[in-house]
Amino acid sequence: MEFALNEEQRMLQESVRGYLEASCPLDRVRAAADAGDTRPADLWEGLVDLGVHAILVPEEYGGVGLGHLEAALVAECLGGAVAPVPYVGSSVMAPVALALAGSDAQKDAWLPRIARGETVFGVGVTEQIGSRESGGVAAAGGTLTGKAMFVLDGADADMLLIADRDGALHIARAADADVKRLPTIDRTRSTSEVSLEATAAEVLPGSTGSRAAVLATIDAGRTMLAADTLGAAQNMLDQAIAYAKERRQFNRVIGSFQAVKHLCAEMAAALEPCRSLVWYAAHASRAIPDEARLMACHAKAHLSEVGRFVARTATEVHGGMGFTDLLGLHYWFKRIGLDRQLLGAPEIVREEAATVQGWV
Amino acid sequence: MDLAYSPEYAAFRDEVRAFLDSHRDLAPPPMQRGKPSEQAKAWQQLLIEHGYAARTIPKEYGGYGAEPDILKSHIIAEEFGKARIRPGHDGDNRLVPTLLELGTEEQKRTYIPPTIRGEMTWCQGYSEPGSGSDLASLSTKAEVDGDDFVINGQKIWTSGAQYADMIFCLVRTEPDAPKHQGISYLLFPMDTPGIEVRPLVTMTGEATFNETFFTDVRVPTSQIVGRRGEGWFVANATLKHERGGLGDPNQAESRFHQIVEMMREETLDGEPLLSQATYRDRLVALQGQMLAMKFNGMRVLTHNVRDEEPGLPRWIVKLNGCELNHRMAEMAIDILGELGVLYPSKGFGGHRDEDVPYLRDAGFWQQRYMMDLGLIIGGGTAQIQKNMIGERALGLPKEPKVADPRFGGGAA
Repeated sequence: MEFALNEEQRMLQESVRGYLEASCPLDRVRAAADAGDTRPADLWEGLVDLGVHAILVPEEYGGVGLGHLEAALVAECLGGAVAPVPYVGSSVMAPVALALAGSDAQKDAWLPRIARGETVFGVGVTEQIGSRESGGVAAAGGTLTGKAMFVLDGADADMLLIADRDGALHIARAADADVKRLPTIDRTRSTSEVSLEATAAEVLPGSTGSRAAVLATIDAGRTMLAADTLGAAQNMLDQAIAYAKERRQFNRVIGSFQAVKHLCAEMAAALEPCRSLVWYAAHASRAIPDEARLMACHAKAHLSEVGRFVARTATEVHGGMGFTDLLGLHYWFKRIGLDRQLLGAPEIVREEAATVQGWV
Repeated sequence: MDLAYSPEYAAFRDEVRAFLDSHRDLAPPPMQRGKPSEQAKAWQQLLIEHGYAARTIPKEYGGYGAEPDILKSHIIAEEFGKARIRPGHDGDNRLVPTLLELGTEEQKRTYIPPTIRGEMTWCQGYSEPGSGSDLASLSTKAEVDGDDFVINGQKIWTSGAQYADMIFCLVRTEPDAPKHQGISYLLFPMDTPGIEVRPLVTMTGEATFNETFFTDVRVPTSQIVGRRGEGWFVANATLKHERGGLGDPNQAESRFHQIVEMMREETLDGEPLLSQATYRDRLVALQGQMLAMKFNGMRVLTHNVRDEEPGLPRWIVKLNGCELNHRMAEMAIDILGELGVLYPSKGFGGHRDEDVPYLRDAGFWQQRYMMDLGLIIGGGTAQIQKNMIGERALGLPKEPKVADPRFGGGAA
């Protein structure tokens, strides 16, 4: 019985964190966000060198065949650094779906390219959770027609992975579709509207007939968004604590006032158990399949709630400075804000958790 | 990450289960107040013989004498919890560890064996009306007269004082010393002349606590644990043990399953409560919080097994665990609607003396709702917990100290 990260997992996290601290400081984030660049070549290549896109790609397809926990540790680092790079759609959901439901030819074609960072997939599954603005895609005779909303990493994508109304997953070329960026509060990642009109597409054969593949893909995405929020919220808490130790008012550092100290303690008390929940959900995805769906839902919903609490409270601890663009705290605030809404906001996800348990 | 148990521990778990299966008829009811019954004492003796109680207490003091093994202790607690069978105890979980660490050989031999057998029961004399969170300001005084201390003052929240044989008590022996350095830790029988116990009825309607008054109570000076003036440090060893116990995630999980059962069985407009989307949403949100604390507990356990300091994951257990239990009780009451406020005037179980129509679970949820608020306050208030998290785990500075003229040295 051991509920802890092992040496390799700690080293992976340290190397990704170290790289991002050196190569992705706030100035770099700000420059990318101002330029509308959500896939800067230098950061993308740097992460390719670290092998993060290969984590979920099986070894026989040129990956390293690690698990969701390793991927979640990377997502946590990316959230912590508000890194402006595609990840949850392109490097998690796409390889998970392909490995699970792709034909041998599809796996041969795409998994090695994902692992090497040569192809970025945008992933559109939102309508499987809930459709707004008439979103929804119909498949017929090797083509797709319709609209997929909030496609993850969509504006940076070379290829698209799109769920049709029945939950079957299809691969299409981004160049064949109308991909329109949907600007959100978070300028560090891209989400897009993808319009399809008899667009050529190839179904993943293992994704038809049952929703298992698309659900497993959504679960993976939810766990990674939870991990992203964990990293972002931890960073905000760390910044709030550092600020509370330094900022003086009434001739005292403000962290010595219980009013401020208790805000920090409440954030820490809420956030620390989240780390265990994310670890467990990521671990369960392979090791405890019976619990995988439920735990992905819980990680997503609970981290969304705690993330929001930490985001607003850490901003408050910074006083007026927290509200400025100059300090840049808002990049984390907005990152957490986007994570919360993607792939199901808390009420939607909790209702799914209830359904999974047979309570609906 | 390896959530499986190694063969040695899996075998140990099987052994505990087999024991519980074959001996469950001998177990006393889960909760009993007052002095331990003969059945409870026999059960405790059986558990000690099998190593399921007083497990790591040395044989010469009446324990089982096993090497400390956190995982085995955890398995025992988990299996007794799952089987809903009353677990054994290690005597008093604050006093016995303190005696083992700091008591004289004679004190260990005199007090530990009868305590772990349940033949000698204890109450704790720490809090005073004027000294709650600021416990070290306590003013019950003990003055030396010949070979005795003469004790005068008052304690509060002395749970079990009405039937305890003994008390472990903090008293001020050096009135001129700085406040933390003027306290001593004494042990004495509750039938010593000059002790008066008055029941303290709480908002639950029950009298589980007491006020205890001391008037010229004479206790031999040999009844001290540690040296004069060191009582604060002696007591801190036991406070640590008490804090560890509040906020147990297993308790939250078992409460949660009770609520799910209730939501299947109770109806509103003829439909099960589980079919109400708003109740369901709240239920799942609570489940998420409960699971996060359960897995946090697994992380703490892993640190403990490796003999590492868990840090923040441990500091938050009392604060979060008590709050979570309280939220569960809130929810249980709310989903029962008006039925949720039915309550016997004498508290949980009081329906045996008073007709309370439609009462659910003998008033358990209202009693827990109030009792859990008591536990949020007791054992270090939530606000003190937040100070400790802020200062010890996050490294935030303490409040500037205000001089306290009542004590030597002036410092607070």
